[in-house]
Amino acid sequence: MNKPIRTMSIFCMLLFAALLLNTTYLQYVDAGSLNSRGDNKRVRDAEFSRKRGAIVAGGSSVAESVQSDDAYKYQRVYKQPRKYAPLTGYYSYIYGRSAVESSQNEILSGSDPRLFVNRVVDMLGNSQPKGGSVTLTVDPKAQTAAYDGLRALGRNVEGSVVALDPSTGKVLALVTSPTYDPNRLASHSFSDVQKAWNELTADKNRPLLDRGIQEVYPPGSTFKLVTAAAALSSGQYTPDTKVKGGASLDLPQTSTDLVNENGSNCGGDPITLTQALEVSCNVSFGDIGLRLGDDALRAQAEKFGFDQTYLNDLPGQVKSRFPESPDEPQTALSAIGQFDVAATPLQMAMVAAGIANNGTVMRPYVVDEVQAPDLSSLEKTSPEALRSNAVSSSVARDLTQMMVEVVDNGTGTTARIPGIKVAGKTGTAQSSPDRPPYAWFVSFAPADNPKVAVAVLVADAGVARDAISGSGLAAPIAKNVMEAVIGK
Amino acid sequence: MQALRDAAFTHRRRRGAELFLLVLSLVVGVGAYAAVGLGVEGTVPADIVGYGGWLAALCLVCHVVVRLVAPYADPVLLPIVAALNGLGLAMIHRIDLARVAAEPDSQTFARGQLVWMTLGVILFVLVLVVVRDHRRLQAFTYTFGFAAILLLLMPLMPLIGVTRNGARIWINLGPLSFQPGEVAKVMLVLFFAGYLVLHRDALALAGRRFAGIDLPRGRDLGPVLVMWLISLGVLVFQRDLGSSLLFFGLFLVMLYVATERPGWLVVGSVMFLAGAYAGFLAFGHVQTRVNAWLHPFDPANATGAYQIIQGMYGMAWGGLVGRGLGQGDPTLIPFSYSDFIMASLGEELGLTGVMAVLLLYGLIVERALRTALVCRDAFGKLVAVGLGVVFALQVFVVVGGVTKLIPLTGLTTPFLSYGGSSLVANWAIVALLLRISDQARRPLPDLTSPEEDDATQVVNLR
Repeated sequence: MNKPIRTMSIFCMLLFAALLLNTTYLQYVDAGSLNSRGDNKRVRDAEFSRKRGAIVAGGSSVAESVQSDDAYKYQRVYKQPRKYAPLTGYYSYIYGRSAVESSQNEILSGSDPRLFVNRVVDMLGNSQPKGGSVTLTVDPKAQTAAYDGLRALGRNVEGSVVALDPSTGKVLALVTSPTYDPNRLASHSFSDVQKAWNELTADKNRPLLDRGIQEVYPPGSTFKLVTAAAALSSGQYTPDTKVKGGASLDLPQTSTDLVNENGSNCGGDPITLTQALEVSCNVSFGDIGLRLGDDALRAQAEKFGFDQTYLNDLPGQVKSRFPESPDEPQTALSAIGQFDVAATPLQMAMVAAGIANNGTVMRPYVVDEVQAPDLSSLEKTSPEALRSNAVSSSVARDLTQMMVEVVDNGTGTTARIPGIKVAGKTGTAQSSPDRPPYAWFVSFAPADNPKVAVAVLVADAGVARDAISGSGLAAPIAKNVMEAVIGK
Repeated sequence: MQALRDAAFTHRRRRGAELFLLVLSLVVGVGAYAAVGLGVEGTVPADIVGYGGWLAALCLVCHVVVRLVAPYADPVLLPIVAALNGLGLAMIHRIDLARVAAEPDSQTFARGQLVWMTLGVILFVLVLVVVRDHRRLQAFTYTFGFAAILLLLMPLMPLIGVTRNGARIWINLGPLSFQPGEVAKVMLVLFFAGYLVLHRDALALAGRRFAGIDLPRGRDLGPVLVMWLISLGVLVFQRDLGSSLLFFGLFLVMLYVATERPGWLVVGSVMFLAGAYAGFLAFGHVQTRVNAWLHPFDPANATGAYQIIQGMYGMAWGGLVGRGLGQGDPTLIPFSYSDFIMASLGEELGLTGVMAVLLLYGLIVERALRTALVCRDAFGKLVAVGLGVVFALQVFVVVGGVTKLIPLTGLTTPFLSYGGSSLVANWAIVALLLRISDQARRPLPDLTSPEEDDATQVVNLR
């Protein structure tokens, strides 16, 4: 009977090998993903009572953990809660985390593998593990300028400001409105947290939504930059090429005409491409769009980052889009940023930044550096090109010159900064007849050596319909943000 | 005879090694108890001397009895069992402390477990002292068979039978509650072994060939098949999935070992798969468990998978080296002190601790199978291999269930889980294994005729 006994011993060995392999998988390979699940109470409890690392902007912390006397030992405190909410996000016991609190949770909570040595030292010293800190790319002055600018339009104004450093992709400002106070969600009084959460989620103004990256809007005339880029890149156009002007464009296959804002004339027919951009002539760009075709427009848009996700530091970035297969009239409308074209403010800031950076679109990022609890640097983000040739540098130069004309002589005069060359483009996008249009402004400065690119969107300022324009509402905010960065 | 003598390897008694290993396992048990005190309350428990003394006394009693009545017994088994039991006690005590901290009136289990362990040791001693030669047990083959059936039927009887957590596998005897299935397991091994030894030739050789498979005659296989069907039926009726699986595996393995025909394994596995699928279709609670196993994070299975998810979270939280005794949250897992004690261990002692425990279990199985290999009589071989494999299956089913390798079935983790019947039965199993290994490792009796005495004088080395 020894042969079957030997067979059985091999069988038993296999059973135990399976158990050993499976526990190794569970406790080592899969442990990380199990530990990061939102409903994992034990990890949440442990992390909640730990000294979580700070989130730092411009040398001072915007989120940090201070000691508290209750069961959870530390309380998360947001110092400028509403201004920085879209960046810091919230850290709640019941409702989890968002924004940088979420994407950098491993570092902030001290669970990151790179903090392993620190954890061992803490364990041997019988002290609680501490989290590392995260430094943001944000320029506090720009952030403040953007926040104050939107805030001045009203507490519940719907809008967003995104500022980028064109040469690196650093997010210099990211503001959304309406906003919320993350302190209310981080409270240790869970009934208060629940109440705050219910209020915030029930609010029809959706204050938890980060309008800079999580919502798309019709970009309106600011999209003419993309159309112009496609036109110049095609080789068939220069800034001085004569294009169709006048008061209306007959849309093929339809009985309607494409007209300008307020039915005005573009100041001649034909006009130069530069003039067309200067006055934001719908007729011209509709016609250019028809000549280039939707494929060329889509390709150009995608070179700037449309239809992609690229922001890894903040969760929930949505894709901007150019319509799939528009017919001819839809193509003409798309060329002026109407119909089904939709973009996030971040995406439009990247269009401006790409032009500013000689045609290279950098990948935007929010986390500049992560540090261990002893403040030694663990990782510094290095800039990375998302698209190295969105437009050629000569096209970028031409576009820049045309955008400078817009600010100097065209629709964007409200963004002028004395002594500085500013490049910009206004936009006023109709969404639907029953709601007010969106006011846009995208720009960068100084035009000859760009330091900052900004996109401003004001979706609902609660002002009279005819008072809404990119130049009137959005451009002054962009101007303030650019001044804050340049230091004027 | 001479040649046989020379060929046979003479085992040494190795009782000193056993004593040394026992001291090590006491260090594990008492050390873990002290660590729990340090981890939870910051001080070594005040009763450490009394507790350690009691554990040491139990180990010493076992050792002395083995030394006296089973001097050639395997020296590794007892220390492993003592280490596992000590570790289990410490873990149960740790969970008690957490439960009392959360709710002062909670039921505690460690004291009861220590009482059960003492009873287990008493049974261990009784088995070793009463059963001086395991071959005598063969005479009671059918008695064991009937006793096993009786024990299995007991929970179904009115008055004494109770249903807990959906399974009717318990009986209440006054203040004590007991799971007769655990003891029935041992009886069933003895019955199968006794029966198969008598009929193995007939089972292996007689019979007719049908569809390429040699089927035994009905009168040879009948009784054991009936026996097995009854036990299986009872268990299915009691909704005890784990035990059904265990008994099926036991039956199959013993049939295979006795007849040396691998075909039984093939036929059995096919039958098992068919039966499992039929069970899945027929019983709602089986579907619940399989669904919870396949898709634990599906919200539809939230209730069914809660325990398994909490167990997985616990083990993941433990990671490689664990949070340390007293530093985790094992009470988040329902039944952390019994069915899910492996998850609690995984949380506080980490992958390292779990692997150590699994290796200890593996060693128990290895020692049992080794005993079966060196045993000289068929009955002893079958009993040892049956006990060894059923032990391995039980560990596989319960640990595999807790770690989501296979669907969860309620079974106790031998020597670790809180549970009197399991602990006592397992101590009896160890006593039987020690008894068989004592017989197996004992030098061959001197059977030479007096005339050859001078020529074949064997020097006894020990």
